[in-house]
Amino acid sequence: MPISLAVEDLSAKRGEDLIFHDISFVLEAGQALIVTGPNGSGKSTLLRVLAGLLAAETGKVQIKGAVPDIGHPRELCHYLGHHNAMKRELTVQENLSFWKSFMGDSAGGSGIGIEAATEALGLGGISHLPFGYLSAGQQRRMAMAKLLVAYRPVWILDEPTAALDAAADRLFAGLVERHLRTGGIAIAATHQPLGVAAQELRMTGFAGVGDVV
Amino acid sequence: MIALFLRDLKLAMRAGGGALIGVLFFMTVVAVVPFAVGPDLNLLSRIGPAILWIGALLASLLGLDRLFQAEREDGSLDLMLMQEMPLVLTVLVKCLAHWAATGLPLVIAAPLLGLFMNMSEIAIGATMLTLLVGTPAITFIGASGAAVAVTLPRGGLLVSILVLPLAIPVLIFGVSAAYAAVHDPAPFLPPLLILIAITLFFAVIGPLAAALALRSASD
Repeated sequence: MPISLAVEDLSAKRGEDLIFHDISFVLEAGQALIVTGPNGSGKSTLLRVLAGLLAAETGKVQIKGAVPDIGHPRELCHYLGHHNAMKRELTVQENLSFWKSFMGDSAGGSGIGIEAATEALGLGGISHLPFGYLSAGQQRRMAMAKLLVAYRPVWILDEPTAALDAAADRLFAGLVERHLRTGGIAIAATHQPLGVAAQELRMTGFAGVGDVV
Repeated sequence: MIALFLRDLKLAMRAGGGALIGVLFFMTVVAVVPFAVGPDLNLLSRIGPAILWIGALLASLLGLDRLFQAEREDGSLDLMLMQEMPLVLTVLVKCLAHWAATGLPLVIAAPLLGLFMNMSEIAIGATMLTLLVGTPAITFIGASGAAVAVTLPRGGLLVSILVLPLAIPVLIFGVSAAYAAVHDPAPFLPPLLILIAITLFFAVIGPLAAALALRSASD
């Protein structure tokens, strides 16, 4: 059964300030949402609220059509934040196999093997190296391999392609497109176009600064 | 779960992991005591268990602040907070791995340091046993402190101060059980059983408190 992500009247605070308010949208399976806006407009905050890492001030996030006994929507989400969530001391192989077995697969899909995932990111054959040896762009791509080794229907991506060259950009766009084709949902905050057809949510920023909302 | 345990052990063993820092600190503390106290063998053997326990307590507190901070800095903590796996369980496994990497070496090093303190075989054995069952409690207590201080850039000392009052009972019953093994009239078993009870108690409360603190500390 295809899933859908529904967000209703979401607002969030950072400290005392309301960063955004009354955001509502619905994403069906296979749809993507691009969140744009200037620095400090609340893109990352929105994504962290969606990922369940920040409490929403009002409103709610729901994933419908999934397995009935889902505890919290965040359990069906991948979150790729500013940090790569990989240990510099461990090899890429060790990092990915840890996340693969720690995260497991959500119902309705299964992650691919570690070698296959690194090859899909165009970095096959170097997974025996410590993560810290890789360049910033390679590290980012290896962090993206996490999206593939454990299956989650919803991808939440915070400026995923920041350190990437143009070729890797296209490679990643291909991965997102394949994820959408298989019934996934993607939400990305980005300054560059992601290269896939998507709705756009434009954040204006600082909704609550200076005046009471 | 096993994957998390093995990963944390590996991280502790690799360069910069800090598994040996605690045991080196333990050795340093205990090794300087005979120089400070003087060559009075009877006195040394009398204070031996207490010195070993104080050294082990301080050494256990040493690396605790990095328990969650390292995970938070590279973003791993975010992913751990999002999983279906209960956070309490994740914290418990992290504590066990931390103890295996930093607490267990202290227990193993204790007999050698007992010789420094002119302790008898029985006293060394009893101290080792009490350290074995008592040091996990310090890790579990420390985990809650580490979780509270996870967002503070230099929370190390704060963690120790937060945690120390709770760790005092562990110290009291650990040392009294170790003494009781050597000094005849005092019973050995009751303080040891209380020590085990404290460890089991904090094995439940510690991860629970740490999980709560981590959830509310996310930003």
